[in-house]
Amino acid sequence: MTTVRTDLADIAGAVPDPELRVVTIGELGIVRGAETAEDGRVVVTITPTYSGCPAMDAIRDDIRSALAGAGFADVEVRTVLSPAWSTDMITESGWAALERTGIAAPGASGTPTCPRCAHQGQPTPVLQISRYASTPCQSLWSCRSCLEPFNAIKKL
Amino acid sequence: MELLALGDDALIAAQRLAEWVSRAPTLEEDVALANIALDQLGAARMLLATVGDEDELAYRRDDHQFRNCLLAELPLGPSRGDLDFGWTMSWLLMLSAAQLLRYTDLAAVADEHAAGIGAKAVKESTYHLDHATMWMHRLGGGTEQSHRRVQEAVDALWPYGHELTEGVRDRWLAIVEPVLAEAGLTRPADRWRPDGGRVGRHTEHLSYLLAEMQSLHRAHPGAQW
Repeated sequence: MTTVRTDLADIAGAVPDPELRVVTIGELGIVRGAETAEDGRVVVTITPTYSGCPAMDAIRDDIRSALAGAGFADVEVRTVLSPAWSTDMITESGWAALERTGIAAPGASGTPTCPRCAHQGQPTPVLQISRYASTPCQSLWSCRSCLEPFNAIKKL
Repeated sequence: MELLALGDDALIAAQRLAEWVSRAPTLEEDVALANIALDQLGAARMLLATVGDEDELAYRRDDHQFRNCLLAELPLGPSRGDLDFGWTMSWLLMLSAAQLLRYTDLAAVADEHAAGIGAKAVKESTYHLDHATMWMHRLGGGTEQSHRRVQEAVDALWPYGHELTEGVRDRWLAIVEPVLAEAGLTRPADRWRPDGGRVGRHTEHLSYLLAEMQSLHRAHPGAQW
């Protein structure tokens, strides 16, 4: 007998982000909800981080295959824009996973802390190298203490 | 302003900005311009999909059916194929300040979907405007050459700002004039006011841009990746 999992949002939310593989799209706040429609279809609602984010198509495909793997063949992925995504929607475990990989949070003032030197207690001085980085949601920084570059999530 | 015009501004601007990919003065700026182009394309897709079929609208219309303002279609340098960075930042300053105002107004409309697009795009336009502003400061206050070239660009593009800012000009000037002043640049006098983009009367530059953007779909209708 097949056990069908019904925690749909958890299954969709457990999909890793295609660009930042260390976090899930649930932790990033991309999954807004999931429910079963009257006709039995599963409808997952997602929101883009940036309107031109090229990962959205891959995310839709990954959600469909994750749910198919859990026994839901008929899945519709809907995109909603309101309320607009913001960095506040990233969960605590999401931030922790990002920091472990060396991707910093934007910081309350918009200046991130070097993830390598964070354990020293005292924030080290950092310099913004570029306002844009390898994905639309990140910027590029350099630590003046350890001299290593690092990415930070842009405050949005 | 109608959504089609707003979407066309973003679509044509995205295609223009994409010309910079692999040609920017630094790697960081290459990434920045590509990301701004991507944001513009994202906004364009959401807006055009609201009005009709996004692919039909982007790939199957002729130049006289586009409703973008003339500024969006202008080459990003003194002549076609002659990319100029200061020129591009002047263009981006003018365009993103206007888009920020249009999207702010869109975010306040009653239609929930359209308002959602506006709210999303406001955040992105703010970032584009910041980017252009920082570069205007650097170029305007940089070397004699950078100052001269960016002033020439502002002078040449300024007339197109009238059509761009129809209905929001005072609010737009309140954003753009201080940036020019901080950058030590002269705000050009208002003289001629080229327009026609909103009714489909475009410059020849749009035709070349569309020829490049649409050629694949014209040759292979319905082509997909």
